[in-house]
Amino acid sequence: MPQADTSRSSRRNGHEPTAAVDDPGATAPRSSSLVDRAWRELAGIVRRRIPRADLDERDPDYIREQLPLFWLLSSVWFRGEVRGLGNIPDEGPVLLVGNHSGGNMIPDTMVFSVAFSTYFGVERAFFQLAHNLVLSMPGLSWPRKFGTVAASPNNARQALSSGAALLVYPGGDYEVHRPSWQGNRVDFGGRKGFIRLALEQEVPIVPVVAIGGQETALFLTRGERLAQLLSLDRLFRLKVLPISLSLPWVINIGDFGHIPLPAKITIETLPAIDLHAEFGPDPDVDEVYDHLMRLMQDALDALAAERRFPVLG
Amino acid sequence: MRIKDDIVVAAQVEAVWAIISDPERVLSYMSGVTRWEIAGDVRTGLGARYRMLFRIGAAEVGGLIEIVEFSAPLEFAWTSVTGLDQRGRWRLRPAPGGRARVELRLAYGIAGAGISGWVAEHIAAPSVSGHVRQTLRQLGRLIEQEQLRERAARRRALLG
Repeated sequence: MPQADTSRSSRRNGHEPTAAVDDPGATAPRSSSLVDRAWRELAGIVRRRIPRADLDERDPDYIREQLPLFWLLSSVWFRGEVRGLGNIPDEGPVLLVGNHSGGNMIPDTMVFSVAFSTYFGVERAFFQLAHNLVLSMPGLSWPRKFGTVAASPNNARQALSSGAALLVYPGGDYEVHRPSWQGNRVDFGGRKGFIRLALEQEVPIVPVVAIGGQETALFLTRGERLAQLLSLDRLFRLKVLPISLSLPWVINIGDFGHIPLPAKITIETLPAIDLHAEFGPDPDVDEVYDHLMRLMQDALDALAAERRFPVLG
Repeated sequence: MRIKDDIVVAAQVEAVWAIISDPERVLSYMSGVTRWEIAGDVRTGLGARYRMLFRIGAAEVGGLIEIVEFSAPLEFAWTSVTGLDQRGRWRLRPAPGGRARVELRLAYGIAGAGISGWVAEHIAAPSVSGHVRQTLRQLGRLIEQEQLRERAARRRALLG
């Protein structure tokens, strides 16, 4: 794939082209092996499939018509419970920062999105950042109608500048595939870009803490070494190749979909944080990060203490 | 989906009307309501708008509603402006013995939601029905307690 095409493809999805991400060939050894070429070709196909980031693709009428289906899944299958939505400012841009659980089936995102849309109405613009691979999967165009855009700083800026609420999961693929026995741990992997984004856009941060997602399958390992070995980070921005026990595959490598167990999902929305009001005119990013981690971990510990049994809740 | 229930309370129609037509008293008897706010300048009567939410399953549903019929002291009806499609009606009629029959009707759904909408309406029905029944019971208790307090106050005034 010519480099010019790659750069254009990346820019249109809100990603600044970087050598590491957008031109794997630039940093990869110029191996001519068939496997290497096949990998690079596949990475190119995936990149070309990432849809153009267009906030206008969010369709409130579509969301409204689909709400009953997702309400059913959320209420009957996951027995979802979302508390504290009143902590989210009624108007204006806001950065919702969540801990992510449940593998690629993202049950916590679904439960929260249904609750947000019914609470504030589908008229309130609400976007979610998702991994490129999710948006490039065949047959998965509907998340874009729900307001899901590729995870990138530019797309996040665009969403917040438009006055929308934006849900981000800083832990992303790293956190969502953590082993089930670490289910009650908030783990953003040290990613702090969301704090710089909130400061730059001058928007409040609302922490969203969820529990139960990591009980929808038995997540065994993130498979970081395997991902590194297969150059998935370089080619697909994937730091993990998770291995789990889940339905219907039993052993699920890569998690390209599974049937989640009906674990109870409980989500607590914490009070909004005005970074300048709480940390002064020039907040220290590390200090904000540590504070948020403590806050969210305390909330998660409290939710964990309420649970009596795995899956049942 | 349509839900309807009624109750007979030991009070005049006017006494019941004074409570149900006062938007500031809604939270004292309406079951399942998690948010209730007056939206706009008209506090009560035709054209008054309220933002209301009530918990059904995993979500708080509702939206903006508007009073579209207001015939004091016998009935008023509302319809949704945004959010869940809904119509509701309070209907008061005199009953024998100086009492009042209070009826609450609620119809809800999501237009265009297809089979999932139909299933969701039916799954939610027992919960909505329970809230309607509980609302009527709580309203009945509230009115009868007020009647008792008023009678006691009158007795005290006569004795004093």
